[in-house]
Amino acid sequence: MVEHRPLSDIIAYAILTLGVFIVAFPVYLALIASTHDAATVVGGRMPLSPGDQMLENYYRAVFIGGARTSREPVAQMLINSFISALGIALGKIFISMLSAYAVVYFRFPFRKTAFWIIFVTLMLPVEVRIYPTYKVVADLKMLDTYAGLILPLIASATGTLLFRQFFMTIPEELLEASRIDGAGPFRFFWDTLLPLSVTTIAALFVIQFIYGWNQYLWPLLITTQDSMQTIVIGIKKMLYTTDELAEWQLAMATAILAMLPPVAVVVFMQRLFVRGLVETEK
Amino acid sequence: MANVTLRNVRKTYAGGFEAIKGIDFEVGDGQFCVLVGPSGCGKSTLLRMVAGLETITGGEIDIGGRVVNQVEPADRDIAMVFQNYALYPHMSVYNNMAYGLRNRGMAEGQIKTRVTEAARILELSTMLERKPRQLSGGQRQRVAMGRAIVRQPKAFLFDEPLSNLDAKLRIAMRVEIRKLQRRLSTTSIYVTHDQLEAMTLADILVVMNGGMVEQIGNPLDIYQKPATTFVASFIGAPPMNLMPAQSDELKSQLPSGGAGILGIRPEDFVITRENVPDGVALDLTVEAIEKVGAETFVYGSRQSVAQGVAANPGELPPGEVIVRVPGAVGPAIGERIRAVAARDKLHLFSSDGRKRVEI
Repeated sequence: MVEHRPLSDIIAYAILTLGVFIVAFPVYLALIASTHDAATVVGGRMPLSPGDQMLENYYRAVFIGGARTSREPVAQMLINSFISALGIALGKIFISMLSAYAVVYFRFPFRKTAFWIIFVTLMLPVEVRIYPTYKVVADLKMLDTYAGLILPLIASATGTLLFRQFFMTIPEELLEASRIDGAGPFRFFWDTLLPLSVTTIAALFVIQFIYGWNQYLWPLLITTQDSMQTIVIGIKKMLYTTDELAEWQLAMATAILAMLPPVAVVVFMQRLFVRGLVETEK
Repeated sequence: MANVTLRNVRKTYAGGFEAIKGIDFEVGDGQFCVLVGPSGCGKSTLLRMVAGLETITGGEIDIGGRVVNQVEPADRDIAMVFQNYALYPHMSVYNNMAYGLRNRGMAEGQIKTRVTEAARILELSTMLERKPRQLSGGQRQRVAMGRAIVRQPKAFLFDEPLSNLDAKLRIAMRVEIRKLQRRLSTTSIYVTHDQLEAMTLADILVVMNGGMVEQIGNPLDIYQKPATTFVASFIGAPPMNLMPAQSDELKSQLPSGGAGILGIRPEDFVITRENVPDGVALDLTVEAIEKVGAETFVYGSRQSVAQGVAANPGELPPGEVIVRVPGAVGPAIGERIRAVAARDKLHLFSSDGRKRVEI
């Protein structure tokens, strides 16, 4: 038992509050900046209380785009980001579940080798193989398409490893009972493995959705039309202006909007996490 | 409703290890066969070969007149109860039982009839909508049995189904399994390492050791006439006392003149001061006493033999003898006693322990 002293409580809370403050303050600043007009934001004295331009700024960011730099409105970018993040997360789950299923449950020659080859690709991030990948995607005429944004990113060694570890905790007898109950490989996967994997799938979905949402280098390379841009690139482009002031208030509004979907995914999926933790008995 | 016949069944693993070294036996229609033996003797492997979960590398397995060596587990018309039950954790009790039937394309109405009937027999009717994790160990066990029953298979296979239960429940379930099997009269093969379970359940007992059959027969016959020293010490608790017959103390008392190994069950001794004309008497010093209530076990060391260390775990050290005395009255520790066994209670084996010799 830890001895309970009011003083140590106060110190602990003080440290925690400081930590939260350090993390939250920049976010707060972005939120405040998105509610003032451009002049206030660039004026050098950043106010700490909300301004009255909030609706105006968000409306412009989402539906019209920057006035002087004629960017795409954020709505389209949000849709692009959402489609590619969702595609990447679901694709990764699909591919890695199937490959883990093969590696764990099927006896075929060079099974171990196959697993190790998958494992080794963990050490090859997108950046390392970016040139050949670009070449393949270009040859397949997938530049400026959703397929081009999604497909090269859906192979996941991490996911395969995660599912493999999970599948190996499922008792062998469950597979044997299924075999005696007349369930073939597909039925076993669909009727038993998939329902048992729900919490693992949820965990992987959260991680991979955010991974997909935050992609920067790859979408930057393969999208040339503004209509295919993702929001992460959109923010960057808003700040990169040659001979005029950046519209900080719009950029900040965009940043806040870019943050919302990942936060929503985490908040929503947390319920599944908790359920998974409570009902762990197999 | 079928015979299960094993003909010279063998299993050799890829590495060359021979787990099953040629086994023959037949389980008649409706009979309850128990495979018993120490861990690693191949009994589970053999059962899994009957189930189709392990390949057969030699010989034939025949279920209901059909050789099933190359038949998939699902098509062998057997049902298996696993040690850890292997219930589908995400399915309700009802669906756990219905799953195998659905996979066979049975009509939902007929499934319902069968599951309801099985649930009634097993007293699970009120729990059909629960998930396995909401059940106690004994209830899970019954669901696993129910999953086997609804299939109405030719044979039930049990792989140590009671070893995850506590002692009391194990005895209750043991009786239940036996009653159920009598009632359904389905041919059954049951694997256990518990010799008490084996004795109480079996119509035919198969004692296995090192991938081979040591003895097959009616449990009482095996108890009364063990064929080898292995069976003698494995069946019965506490085990049969085994001692070399050529020692000075025994040589003169035995008609055979003292060759091979002499075996005497603990309950066949009588503690007495008198000499018996026709039998064996051992002079013991009492080392330890276990009082169980209905009976008392006296651990004595023979005065004529040097004490040693047991050759194998579970065996008695040389020179130590267990005597069972009825009731709670026994000698005191340190006391010198004489334990006597009548001639017709003696078992004699060849000196390698592989053969029984009639006295």
